Formats: sequence, C-alpha cells, structure tokens
Amino acid sequence: MVGITAYGAYLPRMRLQKQVIADANAWFDPGLKGLAKGEKAICNWDEDTITMAVEAFQDCLGNKPGQAPAALLLASTTLPFSDRQNSVVVAEALNLETSNLRTMDITCSQRAATSGLLSALDIAAAGKEAVLVASEHRRAKCASREEMLYGDGAAAVAVGGDNVLAELVASHSQAVDFVDHYRGEGEDFDYGWEERWVRDEGYMKIVPNAVSALLSKAGVSGGDIAHFVLPTDQGRVPAMVAKKLGIKGEAVADNLLQSVGITGAAHVMLLLAHRLEQAAPGDLVLVAGFGQGCDVLLFKVTDAISQQALGKGVSGHLSNGRPETNYNKYQSFNNLLEKELGKRSEVNKQGYLSAMYRARGLTNSFLGGKCSACGTVQIPKHKYCVNPECGAYDTQVDHPMAGAQGTVATWTADTLTFDYNPPAYFGMVTFEGGGRIMMDMSEVDAETFDTGSKVSMHFRLKQIDDQAGFRKYFWKAIQV
Amino acid sequence: MASGIKDKVVILGAGCSKFGERWDCEPADLMAEAFEECIADAGIEKSQIEAAWQSTGVDAFSVGPGAMPLSMGLRLPDIPVTKIENYCASGTEAFRAATYAVASGACDIALAVGFEKLKDTGYGGLPQRSRGVANDLYYPNLSAPGMFAQLAAGYRGKYGTSKEDLKRAMAHVSVKSHANGVKNPKAHLQRAITMEQALNAPLIAEPIGLFDCCGVSDGAACAIVTTPEIAKSLGKEQLIAVKALQLCASNGQEGGYEGWDGSYVHTTRVAAKRAYAEAGITKPREQVSMTEVHDCFSVTEMVTMEDLFLSEDGGAVKDVLDGFFDADGKIPCQIDGGLKCFGHPIGATGLRMLYEMYLQLSGKAGERQLPNPTVGLTHNLGGFPHQNVSSVAIIGEYGI
Repeated sequence: MVGITAYGAYLPRMRLQKQVIADANAWFDPGLKGLAKGEKAICNWDEDTITMAVEAFQDCLGNKPGQAPAALLLASTTLPFSDRQNSVVVAEALNLETSNLRTMDITCSQRAATSGLLSALDIAAAGKEAVLVASEHRRAKCASREEMLYGDGAAAVAVGGDNVLAELVASHSQAVDFVDHYRGEGEDFDYGWEERWVRDEGYMKIVPNAVSALLSKAGVSGGDIAHFVLPTDQGRVPAMVAKKLGIKGEAVADNLLQSVGITGAAHVMLLLAHRLEQAAPGDLVLVAGFGQGCDVLLFKVTDAISQQALGKGVSGHLSNGRPETNYNKYQSFNNLLEKELGKRSEVNKQGYLSAMYRARGLTNSFLGGKCSACGTVQIPKHKYCVNPECGAYDTQVDHPMAGAQGTVATWTADTLTFDYNPPAYFGMVTFEGGGRIMMDMSEVDAETFDTGSKVSMHFRLKQIDDQAGFRKYFWKAIQV
Repeated sequence: MASGIKDKVVILGAGCSKFGERWDCEPADLMAEAFEECIADAGIEKSQIEAAWQSTGVDAFSVGPGAMPLSMGLRLPDIPVTKIENYCASGTEAFRAATYAVASGACDIALAVGFEKLKDTGYGGLPQRSRGVANDLYYPNLSAPGMFAQLAAGYRGKYGTSKEDLKRAMAHVSVKSHANGVKNPKAHLQRAITMEQALNAPLIAEPIGLFDCCGVSDGAACAIVTTPEIAKSLGKEQLIAVKALQLCASNGQEGGYEGWDGSYVHTTRVAAKRAYAEAGITKPREQVSMTEVHDCFSVTEMVTMEDLFLSEDGGAVKDVLDGFFDADGKIPCQIDGGLKCFGHPIGATGLRMLYEMYLQLSGKAGERQLPNPTVGLTHNLGGFPHQNVSSVAIIGEYGI
C-alpha cells in the first residue's frame, strides 16, 4: 500500500484585509464590495514561491539536514525561474541529500499539484519516497476580481509505503482543453472568462464526470466520502458539485476564501492538509484538481493519522497571521505599481554566477564549518579555524545551521539603507552550539524585538533584479 | 623587541583644505589647497620631496585607481607615489607609510596626502558600493549608521544602560562637537546645536539620529615628514614628533567566535595598548592631553573612550555627561569639531586629525587653541564594529 506519509503547510504572516482593496477600488467597480470579506495571505517582499516551498516542506518533514527522499516535485504556476530548476533551489535550501535525488517542476495548470501528486505516488509505488510541494505567489491587476480572491501559500505532502496515514485507493485523470482562464507567455496577469460559463460548463460537468469515473472504479458511492477537496475561487461551486455527486454537505472542505484566498496550484494541497488535520481513521478523502481537465484521487485515512508529528500545519498558520491594512504596501511588494525606490536602490545587482556557485553551501544551505580538531563552529566556513587557541588549517567539515536557534547580540533598524520594507533590521546572531554571523532579519515585531531575542533561520529573498529577471536568496533571522 | 617609532620622525609641515560640500572643486583642487598650506608651512621646495603616499577610501568612485590622482594633481617631481586604501584609517596609513620611509632612511623627506570627493552621488550619506562579490551574497545591505548603531545595542546589552541614558550621552557627544566646530573656519558644519535638537532629530538607524551622524564631506589634508635632524637643519625650532603609530585589523574572531559581546571594538583596544607602550604612556587618562577620535557616529566616540582606556569599561556614559571630554574638560575630544563637524572625507580624515594635533601642539590653533597640550592622540576606525581596521597615532613635542 502507498499513500500520504506526512503533510504540512505554510502561509505568509501578512494578511491583507480585503476591505482595504474595496475601499481603494470600489469607486471604479462597486461589485468589489461584495467580495470584501475577511482577509488573504500575502507574501512579504522577501517571500516567493521558492521560499514558501521550503517552509512548507519543513512544516511537513521538519527542518533536518540530510533528508533523502528519492524525488522532490514542485508544483506552481508562479515559479520565479522559467529556466533554472526551481525545485533544485528548494532542495539545496532544505539541505536534502542531493547526490541521488530526482527533482522536477510541474507547472502551467491549476491542477499541477494533483498531477504532481499522482507522479509522486507512482514513485512511491516503485518503492521509494517522494515529496510534492505546491506553492503559489499570485499577482492580479489592481481592482480586479482576482485581486480580491487570490492569496499566497504553500503546502507539502510526502508519499511512500511506510507509516502511511492516508492510503491511495484509486485515482483518475481526464484532459479537456477547457480554458476558464489562461496566462500567455510573457504575460503578467491571468485573462479569464465569465464565471457562470466556467461554473456550468466547467466545474459542474468536468469534475462530476471525472469523480464518477473514479468512484465506480473504486466501488465507492458519493455518500461514503468524508472529505471532499475541490479548490475554486467560486465560493458556491464545491457544494453544488458535491450535491450533484451525492456527497454530504459537511464533507465539503472550506475553501479558505476569506482567510487565505485561493492559492492557485497550491490550493488543493493546502485544503487537503487542512482537512487531514481533522480526519479520523477510516475516513475517505476525495481530492479533485481542476484545470484543463481534472485529476481526482481517493484516499483512505489509516490509524497512523494520529501519529503525525505536526508542525504548525494549516491551522497553526491560520492563527499566526498579522493583519495588514496598507493596500499600497501590498501593491508595492507585488510590483504592481511603478514606485520611487530612491537612488540607494540603484546598486549593482549583477548575479556573479561562478561566485554564487562557490558560495552556495552558505547561501543556499546555510552551511557553516565545524573544526575537526577543536570542535569550534563557525559560519561562514573558513580555511583556518577561528578559535585563536586552535587556528588549525583545513579542518572544517560542513556544518548545517539552518535549524540552529540563535540569540540577537546586536541589531539596529536602518532607515537610510535601501529596503523594500524599511527600516532594514539586521544584526549579529549568536547560535546555540557555536558560531555567529551578522545577518538580515525579517518579520520583526518592533514592540518585542531587542538584544537577547531568540531567532530561527529562514530562507528568504535577499535581492531582486527586475531588469535582469534574477533574484538572490539567503537566510534571515526571524524572532521565535 | 623593536625600538618603535618614538621621536624618529617629525612633522615638517601640515595642511588641510576647507571641508564641506565643495561642489565647485575637483579632487585635484582640494589636494592643491591642502598642499599649498603644507609646503609653505614646511618651508621647502616641492623638488625636495622624495616619496609620496596617497590615501583615498572610495577611490574608484571619485578618481579611479592608482596613485596618479596625486602625482598628476600636484605635479610631483617623478618620485615614487603609492595609493593606500584601508577603510577609514586610510589617511593615517598614508602618514604611517611616509613616516616609516623616513625612519628607515630610505628617504629624507616624504609626503602623505589624503583626499576624498564624496559629494558626487546625488544622495546623502556615503556612496553605495560593493563589499566584494562573495560578501555581497550574504552581508546585510547596511548603511554606515546601521553598522555602528549595533554598538548601542551591544553596549546596552552588556551594561544594562537605559535607552534614554545612552541617547543622552550620545547627544552630549554631538552637542560638544558642534560647539567646537563653531570655532573652526575650515569645518564643514559650523553651527551649534542643543540637546533637544540632538535628542529629537529623525532616526537614521535606531538609536542613531541625524545629529549622531558625522558630515559626509569633500576635502583633503596632508603632512610632510622628515627626521628631527633635517628639521633642525631647515631652521625648525619647535619639533612635533611621532610617538606611536599602531594599527590592528580584525581576523574575524570578534565576529566569528565567542567572547566579543558587541559593546566595544576589539582592534582599537589592541592598537591603543601597543601605541601607549610605543609612546611610553602608562596612565593615558592622566598623560594624554587631547584626542581626535573616529566619531563617525556619536556612539562610536563614546565607546572609543573606553577602548582607548580613557574611561573605565561602562564608565563612558558618565564621563561624557560630566563633560570630561568637552573643550574645557580634562581630555578634550574633537577640539576641531571631529568627523562630526569638521567633516569626513574618508581618505583625508586621519591626516586631518594629525593636522589638528600638529596645530594644537605648535600653538597655531587660533580661537580653539587649548592651553599647553603636550600629547595628542588620533584614532581611526573603518569597517564594522565586529570586523574592522583601527589605527591609533600619538604625537607630541620632540624629546619629552
């Protein structure tokens, strides 16, 4: 038997209050007022699909170096790189054992994640472990319906044959060139068609068709389903589809429309993770991914569900938000307006690829060095041991520090230097177990942050070069 | 054990341009302005200079690399000219090179010129610049005030000083330097400020406010050095001699190993100890007459008082607030206004400090002249609090 062995999620802490979108734009489109309920999760300026994927994987399987799945699959339609495998960046940030790792980016459809999960399960059926991470950072035009509905987030699902907590019962896929919306090459934004047509000809026909095929294959009736996951930005559609299939109303998963927003290709995994948090042994879980056809997967929850060592999960992240009421900040972070960034932003952002490649142990994986002669830890790694009593040459072995806890030794909030979200916080962090480094800080709570604050390490964007289409990543300290 | 530099070299002449926003001046104009004063003071011909050192901190930005900005700028007579860059200690480094050249006997008369043209960026503060291809991948994108503001966090963490007390001591440092700058016609900023102004100024990098920051200036300063014997033969009667020249560069231990707590600057302490030993000073709080220290930010000056062993550890806040370093205090600090008000053209700064000490020791400091100073100390600090270059120079009357 193969199935899901672990799951996790990540939501950015910033939660844009939808009312502020309506306040800014209802003069143009009064219809937005009707959608202005609740909030949506939005990336900080230094978060993107890659950084959220790293967090979601860690929420799923922990922040431990040297994990060795056979495959890491990354599903998204908003990958930062069109030609640089994004999942490899995620793998190095996670410090996975990469010497025998299959990686793959799966994209170009809202059902990328379910397709990826099916591929991961095929790998599991071959006796290996695989992890699917789905992540999405969505942009939408000012005053659009999508701006109200879209959110940012990520989720991860590990699959294998041991300690399965939700066993795959059956799956079915159909391909239909139904274009409810699309985003052409080089385009920034989606172009969609009338919702009523999408509902009547799309969700209400294609999804029931695929689900019915699956249920008959599995010998299960709609009434047996305990959890029905169907992500869509049309609030009433999941219940309508469920009714048509004879699925009970209480089985329909909350779409998180008013707490997260619809996180695109990641949403199906986010809803699945959320629902698994509430599942009991024996429950049947039906997952449908819709987009140019439909993938459907049926799982049966096992007794192992109670043994899942949860990270924050969807629930933990839902309650970890910070209300944001600055609509302009949201637009600025998402590069939705032409903003004066000041002359100090005009630094050389050249990506020196050869230097980056040499430095990637530090920059991608946050590896320090540990002296094999005296045990001293230092970061960055160096040819000579930093301990003045030792000073040995060439004795340092890679020492993963991404999971290390740190304490703030010095800091400041710099308003002079350029930052997308001023002031820029940085300072000296001293690590438990040794080592210290001066580094950037993010998500600072100015009220409680000070010398002595405890911090953990997080993979974040360091610099964005919009002209060259490049971005650099590094680790930042975030208050625990 | 080396015998050290004490009394082997004297300052034959010194010069300094007006510091400030010199919109109408090229670097060569500033150099010439300082040099004309210096060579007249030295009483020699340009042709008698046998070697020269040029210090610039942000060289490629203003004048490009190499030593030609100096050799061409002053039309020096086909002599060896060398460019030196060592962060904010660059000026003192040029002076050290010239002094060592004379002390070694390699030449009789040597010139050190420091300059910087910072005001061609189009924005306030120091120019944005790379810290190295690999370093830029992980160093925070921090401003200079952002670097040194961290000293305040480290200091508060160690001594439990309240934010308010520290901020008042920092404000006192700046108010004092502004008061001194008023009496210096070459200073960039010649306006007094009040405690209220300093305390209520806009924040630049917590807890550093606008008046905690030094001026970013254009300017040049220079010195000509020779041996005591040659100076005497040229008719000089009152000789101002080099007593100590020490430098310490971080090896990464403060930033990368246990022990350092962010409340002090390790390299300054090392350089200061060596400099006092070289100059034969055993009780600096009693023996040093005056200091020009690297007050890039008020908190840096305050912490430096402890690093130079002029205040006890944790005692600088009280000493500062007591006026110990004011113009009428026991050890006046920044009697010319300091980096704060004289200004900070990086490559010139170390030589500007030595210029002021030379004027004070020669009794030529005009309205700001201190009564009978005998030992002057200058200090530069460049880089980060945890990773930097620090220099300490001591000069005084020859033979005492």
